[in-house]
Amino acid sequence: MTAETMTGAQMVVQALIDQGVDTVFGYPGGAVLPIYDEIFQQQKIKHILVRHEQGAAHAAEGYARATGKPGVVLVTSGPGATNAVTGITDALMDSIPMVVLTGQVPTFMIGSDAFQEADTVGITRPCTKMNWLVKDTDELANTIHEAFHIATHGRPGPVLVDIPKDVQFASGTYVPPQKARTEHYRPRVKGDIDRITELVAALETAERPIFYTGGGVINSGTAASQLLRELVDATGIPVTSTLMGLGAYPASGKHWVGMLGMHGLYEANWAMHDCDLMINIGARFDDRITGRIDAFSPGSRKAHIDIDPSSINKVVKTDFPIVGDVAHVLEDMLRIWKARGRKVNKPALETWWTQIEAWKAVRSLDFKNSETTIKPQHALQRLEALTRDHPKRYIATEVGQHQMWAAQYLGFDAPNRWLTSGGLGTMGYGFPASIGAQVAHPDALVINVAGEASWLMNMQEMGTAIQYDLPVKQFILNNERLGMVRQWQELLHGERYSHSWSEALPDFVKLAEAFGAKGILCKDPKDLDDAIMEMLRYDGPVIFDCLVEKHENCFPMIPSGKAHNEMLLGEAETQGVIDAKGSVLV
Amino acid sequence: MSPLNIKQGSTSHSAYNLRPTFSDVQERHTLAVVVENEAGVLARVIGLFSGRGYNIESLTVAEVDHKGHRSRITVVTTGTPQVIEQIKAQLDRMVPVHEVHDLTVEGPAVERELALFKVAGTGNERIEALRLAEIFRANVVDSTLDSFIFEITGTSQKVDAFGDLMRPLGLKEIARTGIAALSRGA
Repeated sequence: MTAETMTGAQMVVQALIDQGVDTVFGYPGGAVLPIYDEIFQQQKIKHILVRHEQGAAHAAEGYARATGKPGVVLVTSGPGATNAVTGITDALMDSIPMVVLTGQVPTFMIGSDAFQEADTVGITRPCTKMNWLVKDTDELANTIHEAFHIATHGRPGPVLVDIPKDVQFASGTYVPPQKARTEHYRPRVKGDIDRITELVAALETAERPIFYTGGGVINSGTAASQLLRELVDATGIPVTSTLMGLGAYPASGKHWVGMLGMHGLYEANWAMHDCDLMINIGARFDDRITGRIDAFSPGSRKAHIDIDPSSINKVVKTDFPIVGDVAHVLEDMLRIWKARGRKVNKPALETWWTQIEAWKAVRSLDFKNSETTIKPQHALQRLEALTRDHPKRYIATEVGQHQMWAAQYLGFDAPNRWLTSGGLGTMGYGFPASIGAQVAHPDALVINVAGEASWLMNMQEMGTAIQYDLPVKQFILNNERLGMVRQWQELLHGERYSHSWSEALPDFVKLAEAFGAKGILCKDPKDLDDAIMEMLRYDGPVIFDCLVEKHENCFPMIPSGKAHNEMLLGEAETQGVIDAKGSVLV
Repeated sequence: MSPLNIKQGSTSHSAYNLRPTFSDVQERHTLAVVVENEAGVLARVIGLFSGRGYNIESLTVAEVDHKGHRSRITVVTTGTPQVIEQIKAQLDRMVPVHEVHDLTVEGPAVERELALFKVAGTGNERIEALRLAEIFRANVVDSTLDSFIFEITGTSQKVDAFGDLMRPLGLKEIARTGIAALSRGA
């Protein structure tokens, strides 16, 4: 391909096309008008007009999680960029590949406090993997290609390219992706073979091994999930997962022990506490997982497979540190394990499984159901029963109790089907994320399990759902409370419910109708199945207002500052369990 | 007093008591960070330190390869061994960072700092300042009838010691560059 001259705005569109982008989530404004003018004159890229830039960022995240491809955001300068910051930070915390293009005031006005000027690269420096202000049109295409490369290589994350308006108008030479500057960023993907062999040797003799998998397995691609399944099923070693990693190993799989962590399953947390070999694959020993760090799995040797060297020994000291991409490392692990004779410590593993079955028998997800009030757990059990067999079901969530219940009561058999804000815990994430997933998979069943408080944070995106005929189902577990805040106030703050409920909730059915969607209200457990079926049958966006028990708490729970073996199973155990030291934690 | 008995050093970057107790010993390390000299790169590095609660004792930066656009940042930091390892790993994963060297552990290194001292005085104090400057091999780079500017190069301790001596002799102003360091040998 010969050098081609075009304007900066044309370059943006050409670079996106050359990067294989089919969808952009954005919102126009003064500083991106030249780019929008180019978008208007082409057919290859679909632009989804959101209703708020935060929605664009979360929708791009949802798209990225549901496809494994980078999500692309296009917003204007100043408020356009600052509104996107929450979504960008969310993507950084959860390692979601995302490319954000922002308009900027023209270069000769930068620094003059011009209209809609903000120091976008300064503001987003700590919340992007990398960002650039492009002051020269000749550098623009190169920078955009580099941005895609960095967003998707190594540990994925958000990147941002800030493009002043005069750079969009000016002409320059287009650089195709093959000629772009990428060789300087080549993170290592192959793990050290000696260390992998040491880990395999430890795995062969371990008496109580466990795989602890995270979002890194999903990010590594579908091959990683396949290899994980093969390794788990061939060795017979139990597997647990973080919130981010659900679906990498199927919930219906024989060796699945459920999610671990603060609201994880009893058997998963006890197995983590009592194991003698912990194999962390693409997780990061987050504080939601470890609980009290000095009591975290005290008797185990720990392996940590992570593409980011800074994750290793950050929180927990690792005995088998392996830097590499999950799929590459698992491939080597499997190959070496097979070559060494497919050995495991069979008698010890049997005893270990007997112990795990005993923990399972505690049935930590049991709850007291009601004939008169819909319990949130029950609502999710019914949703699960009625949608589980759907071949293309995607679940997004907001943040709070409903999110934990969704993780507990919904099963995921495939990666990229579960979209939730784990690291940043962003209320308002789920609705736009469900839009992103639905845009990526128009024929899929996309459900956002929400709480009414979170959902209201980005409810303006109803307009987007309607405009693009996106049949997203908003399944709102409405307890008229900020449920998780309320739960913590009950446990930690003497039941003083400071500002944790809303006295002015909308009528969600009328709200749906106002936007041109369907609203369904359900408050009687007897009507629940029919109502859910009505939601599923409706070809279009639905707001499902499910009035649930207002004071339900989310269990099991590892209280702040406690260890895995100190988890609580229900209400009776909660009195005075969190001490002063624990109460400072979040 | 706070009722929360949170261990010293464990809370350097947040309210969490999450740091495993590898070692509580605070160590002082000199890191040499070779970066792409592009807009904002220093802000990126400094932002990493402030954002994650790491210490900066001294920081020196200049472009060392004008053709290759490489700058060298010499940063002196303190922390537990685990924090030092984290700092290096966090620096190393930044896109514009090419190399991270821990000069404190990679063998012997030379550390030097340059400082300028403005000392004003007359009579015996002026003579004593000049005499001490000779002992410290400080150069006079500016002189008036009632002031000197001394230029001194050496370790930070030497610069400190010179400053202590100048203080009673009419020290007016100090400018220090921070440490530049190179490992010894080829």
